[in-house]
Amino acid sequence: MPREKKKSYFINFVGVLAVFLLLAALFESNILGSRTNYVKGICTTACYTIIMVASLNLLTGFMGEFSLGHAGFMSVGAYASAIFTGFLPETGIPDFLVFLMALIIGGIAAAVAGVLVGIPALRLRGDYLCIVTVAFAEIIRVAFCNFDITGGGRTLSGIRSLSNFYWCFWVMVVCVALMYMYVRSRFGRTVTAIREDYIAASASGINVTYYKVLTFTFSAFFAGVAGAIYAHYMTAMIPTNFSFMYSSEFLTEVIIGGTGSLTGSVIGAAFLSALPELMRQFSTYRMLMYSVVLILVMIFRPGGIFGTWEFSLARLLKKGPQKKKRTGGVVHE
Amino acid sequence: MALSLFLQSLVNGLNQGAIYALIALGYTMVYGIIRMINFAHGDFIMVGSYTLFYTVPLMINAGMPAFLAVFAAIAVCVAVGVAVEVIAYRPVRNAGSMSALITALAMSVFLENLAMVLFGASPKSIATIFTLPTFQFLGATLQLKYLLTLGIGIAMMIALQLFVKKTRLGKAMRAVPQDKEASVLVGIHVNKIITITFAIGSGLAAVAALMYCATYPRATMDMGSMMGLKAFIAAVLGGIGIIPGAMLGGLVVGLIEIFVKVYIAPGWYEAITYGILIVVLLVKPAGILGKNVGEKV
Amino acid sequence: MSKTAETAMPILEAKSLGIQFGGLKAVQDFNMAIYRGELVGLIGPNGAGKTTVFNMLTGVYQPTEGSFFLDGEKMNGKKPHQVVEAGIARTFQNIRLFKKLTAAENVKAAMNMHMKYGLFSALFRRKGYWEEEKEIQGKALELLELVRLGDKADVTAENLPYGQQRRLEIARALATGMKVLLLDEPAAGMNPTETAQLLDIIRLIREKLNISVLLIEHDMSLVMKICERIQVIDYGVTIASGTPEEIADNPRVIEAYLGKDEEEEDAC
Repeated sequence: MPREKKKSYFINFVGVLAVFLLLAALFESNILGSRTNYVKGICTTACYTIIMVASLNLLTGFMGEFSLGHAGFMSVGAYASAIFTGFLPETGIPDFLVFLMALIIGGIAAAVAGVLVGIPALRLRGDYLCIVTVAFAEIIRVAFCNFDITGGGRTLSGIRSLSNFYWCFWVMVVCVALMYMYVRSRFGRTVTAIREDYIAASASGINVTYYKVLTFTFSAFFAGVAGAIYAHYMTAMIPTNFSFMYSSEFLTEVIIGGTGSLTGSVIGAAFLSALPELMRQFSTYRMLMYSVVLILVMIFRPGGIFGTWEFSLARLLKKGPQKKKRTGGVVHE
Repeated sequence: MALSLFLQSLVNGLNQGAIYALIALGYTMVYGIIRMINFAHGDFIMVGSYTLFYTVPLMINAGMPAFLAVFAAIAVCVAVGVAVEVIAYRPVRNAGSMSALITALAMSVFLENLAMVLFGASPKSIATIFTLPTFQFLGATLQLKYLLTLGIGIAMMIALQLFVKKTRLGKAMRAVPQDKEASVLVGIHVNKIITITFAIGSGLAAVAALMYCATYPRATMDMGSMMGLKAFIAAVLGGIGIIPGAMLGGLVVGLIEIFVKVYIAPGWYEAITYGILIVVLLVKPAGILGKNVGEKV
Repeated sequence: MSKTAETAMPILEAKSLGIQFGGLKAVQDFNMAIYRGELVGLIGPNGAGKTTVFNMLTGVYQPTEGSFFLDGEKMNGKKPHQVVEAGIARTFQNIRLFKKLTAAENVKAAMNMHMKYGLFSALFRRKGYWEEEKEIQGKALELLELVRLGDKADVTAENLPYGQQRRLEIARALATGMKVLLLDEPAAGMNPTETAQLLDIIRLIREKLNISVLLIEHDMSLVMKICERIQVIDYGVTIASGTPEEIADNPRVIEAYLGKDEEEEDAC
């Protein structure tokens, strides 16, 4: 690894650590008093939302295809992990290990669903693909409403509460970092090339279908991880939670943050998870405002607030006001 | 017994399908001209239904036939549709399909929440619109208004098809998606054409609202989104942009839903509809009546 | 045709290749043999079926008749990316670059199929990742140098001037490490200076990399200048083939292509 990359990764890691310590100090010092747990909850929500939005951005921003069924993969991860922890007897396994296993199982289950959906669906593009992802997500939802093991259409409750904020924060950091590494590698380069011109990509020896399905699966994996966090945070859920509207919420967050900017996804998702709570007293007008803001963003900044801009603390320190990314510097420079 | 159940399902399915078809016609019109999924189209139905909620009693009090309220609904829907197009869609038209899609989604959320603010979250019951007789036929109950829905659907389809194929305006509509610049060069006002398209699509939504409310006399804020999604699926299934395709797709979706509900597995009817859509799209990516056009290299 | 080439096996060979769209025979009975190191021109009036031939030779269209071989290996039925892997790369008549990627990234994208590091190496930034990325960065710069874009490596493709975009497309095709390069009207829309520069580059590529080139062009003078052999098609049928001198004197070619008398225009 080149020295300067090592340094830049380290600096960005320190930045993330600082954010973590700040939040930890905030919660531990009890400044917020009785509202501590409430704010912590919002932060946990932000963690899985960030993973969802960033993973969807892989598809939308880097691969250039919309999916309006991302909540479907989230639900696969959520149910798979909840069923797993439900069956796991209360043995001496430390909670953290159980949590990690749940995340991985949620991720793998969603990735498998991703392959199964991706292979047929990714033969289509654009609006048609978008519709097919909705259709698959609805099929998944209906299936979970009918299977006994997923609660048979009723609420699945009594899921172990494992998602505490401190763990979720680091899971989120690792997930975003991995997605960033993916984007800044030959895989990311290949899918971006496909986005730009799939005919030219295949004329350059790129197996378009393979890389699309790979990226779709990779993205679904993280949606599954987010689902696992969700399940073990909410401790109760029903398939209708993962509806078309939930999927479109993620998609709008991707777009507002900026397609092709993971920084935008992180900040956009964090902000928009907090927004409903901040606007609680105007709850009737909340969604109204939200949609107006969205339309205004589309009219005045169609590329999203951050465009394709990435934040890097290392670069910021080196060159003054420039761009940043939560973890990892810009590799190909 | 089996025959009457079959007939009953057929009738119900056709009715359901005709409602979907009426909505799907609107989707197809808009998509056919500007290649944009107007997610808010389903919500125009909701707008129409709320209008009917207020205007049907007025009509009845005035001693006029209740269905005349549809003209008020058409007026309101056209106004809303044109406003949505001019205010929200026109500015993003050249910003790419992603922006258009998101704007449409946002518009859908906006309309639903506006309805909630204005009318509250609880459903509104709509007064009876049609008092038409029902017949018994081989043990099945045949409602005349169901036939009416189907008839209106088919009439609308034929009228639209004739309009698009035969009139000057219709030809201009078909020219716009082929080549916007060339359309401008031959003197077509693209913006005007698109606005007219939205007006027609929204007017259709009002008619669909009337027929929907005749069957299910309730208006709720979120009635548009799920129904809109299914109607859109119907439009895609038949071949989006193709007017008879919307009719066909609507009827297919309606019949599948009812028959699966009755004969196969009530809990799975939506999954099966979506499954069939996926299969059709994979075999014929442009829908049942669509033509496959590959990209030129 | 050079003397040694006659005895050797052709690198690219098409045997009575043909394709039908609906009832229309776009190309029929197309035969061609290109030997190692040769530069062959394929010419014909607009709509003669030149690009259709390219699309068949690159797997975009599947021929309905006949077959084609690369180094003796049958290529029919292969997908575009498999054809490239086997060793046939192309450029496009209407430039198709990865517009939002830099020049270097464009070239590197075409090297992807030769890259070995896996997902795991990429995600955890293992040694393989750094080594290979460094290696291809060097290779990409070399190729850009070759097409005289050495100083444009970090420029976004869409911001390059037209002539440079065409050259970048050639560099991207070269990056696939192909044996045969198909150039689809590389000089289309270029001014005389750009065209002259392009000719230099094509010559340079052949000398340096010893590859075979098949060139489509409807600008006859350009083809006459650089090609060793020329094949002429019209309405999907080969009407002549030979050295530039032979082609220039061929009455059928003159009639179908060069000759612009009234009769011919009526026929169109």
